[in-house]
Parts: sequence; structure tokens; C-alpha cells
Amino acid sequence: MTAIIKPDSINRRTLLSAGAGAILVSAIPGRAAAASEDMLAAQRELFGDRQIREGRVALKLPPIAENGFSVPLTVDVESPMTDADHVTRIAVFSPRNPLPDVARFTLGPRAGRAGVSTRIRLGGTQAILAIAEMNDGTLWSGSAETVVTLAACVVL
Amino acid sequence: MARIRIAAPDTAEPGEIIELKALIQHPMESGFRRGSRGEVIPRDIITTFECLYDGEVVFEAEFFPAVSANPFLTFHTKATQTGTLEFRWTHQDGEIWSQTHALTVG
Repeated sequence: MTAIIKPDSINRRTLLSAGAGAILVSAIPGRAAAASEDMLAAQRELFGDRQIREGRVALKLPPIAENGFSVPLTVDVESPMTDADHVTRIAVFSPRNPLPDVARFTLGPRAGRAGVSTRIRLGGTQAILAIAEMNDGTLWSGSAETVVTLAACVVL
Repeated sequence: MARIRIAAPDTAEPGEIIELKALIQHPMESGFRRGSRGEVIPRDIITTFECLYDGEVVFEAEFFPAVSANPFLTFHTKATQTGTLEFRWTHQDGEIWSQTHALTVG
């Protein structure tokens, strides 16, 4: 049995308390850490337990994002992009969004250059992580942190 | 109908790495937002983007709800021969939108 809320019963007080609750939820410490476990699980699902080394991946994000709904993101991977040595996959992860997966890119020697840009949503201040997989199976990562003033997801 | 915008060169030197930009008009509804009555607004996103060079996939992107509305991509490809670049987006329900661009190499 679900509670039936008449539209006229939603008054200013209930709306205010709902708003305060939402703010409290977003301020609970440790929430980011819990989400990071989601991120690690997502990484493991994609790349298994292989070693991920830091480097070769340059992730660019603005240091401050006023609007979390659209944050420009650029990933550049150091690679000659030849048949013998190229990037096969780039995956972008978030530790604090409702879903740890942000975007994935598949490329190869025909890309010529391993550089991709897009625009993403951020549910709060966080360090975004990009992992690049090379054709020899090695994994490299890079990250960048953005302070988000107006988060996507929290504000309707 | 989704509106598509492509920025790509019309001509290139053989072996030149060209930059391609592709944008499609789409709300990319994340499925995490709620409407004025508290109901969850269902997810409605484009999940895949592909760029084909004479029918061969040269770049592919997979989108999750964290990709902003009107998804925009910048990527690269090596100009190998005169041909057609096809930009193709696939919706979660299977609908496909695409646009082609002629590239002259030489």
C-alpha cells in the first residue's frame, strides 16, 4: 500500500523540510568514499585486476565548474597511435556521480591521435579518473579534480 | 528529430590527422531526476556514437547518463583516402540518427 499525497497537502513547510533533507544527504561525510568503491568495482569489471599505472594520460577539466550539468572534459593519451603501439580504449570514471561510469571511447591506429573531448555532468566536487588501455594490454591512468558550485543531480 | 552538427574539413593531405567535431541535439535525460510531483523522469539517452570512414569504424564512444545534454564530441582520424565519413548515434531504444560528410584527400 503506498501513501497517497494529495497535491494540495504539499505546502511550503513540507517542501522546505524536503529541501533541507536533500542538503543534509549531500553533506554526509563518507558518501564520496562509498561511491569510490563503486568506481573501483566498475574499473575491475572493465579491466580486471590488472595493474594500472599512473601516467601517459592527461585529463583536462576546469578547476572550478559553476555548472555541474555541463563540464568540458578532454583526455589526451601519449601514444604514437601506430599499428604496433596504440590506444585501444579509454574509460572515464567518477567517484561521486550516481553511476561510476561516465563515458568510454574505443579507438585504434586509424584515429591518428588519442585525444577526445566531450562535456559531462558532475554530481559534486570530485576527482575524475581516466584509464587508457594500450594494444599491449597495459593500463595507464590520469585524473583531474574539479570544484563544482552547482551540482547536477542535487538541484532539480 | 534530432538536429546534428558536424565540423570536419572538406579536404586533407594524405596521412594528415584531422579533427572532427560532432554534436547531436538530445536531452540525455539521466533517469536520476525527479519531476515536480516527485516522480522519477525515465532515462532517455543516446548510448553509442560511431564514426565510420568508408564504412570502417575509426572511433566509437559509449555514453552513460553522466554525458551532458546535446552530447558533443571532438576526436581525430587519419585522412587516408577520399571517401565518406559517417557519424552515427544510437539511442537506448535502438533508434539511429546519422549524417555523412565527404572528405577529399590529396
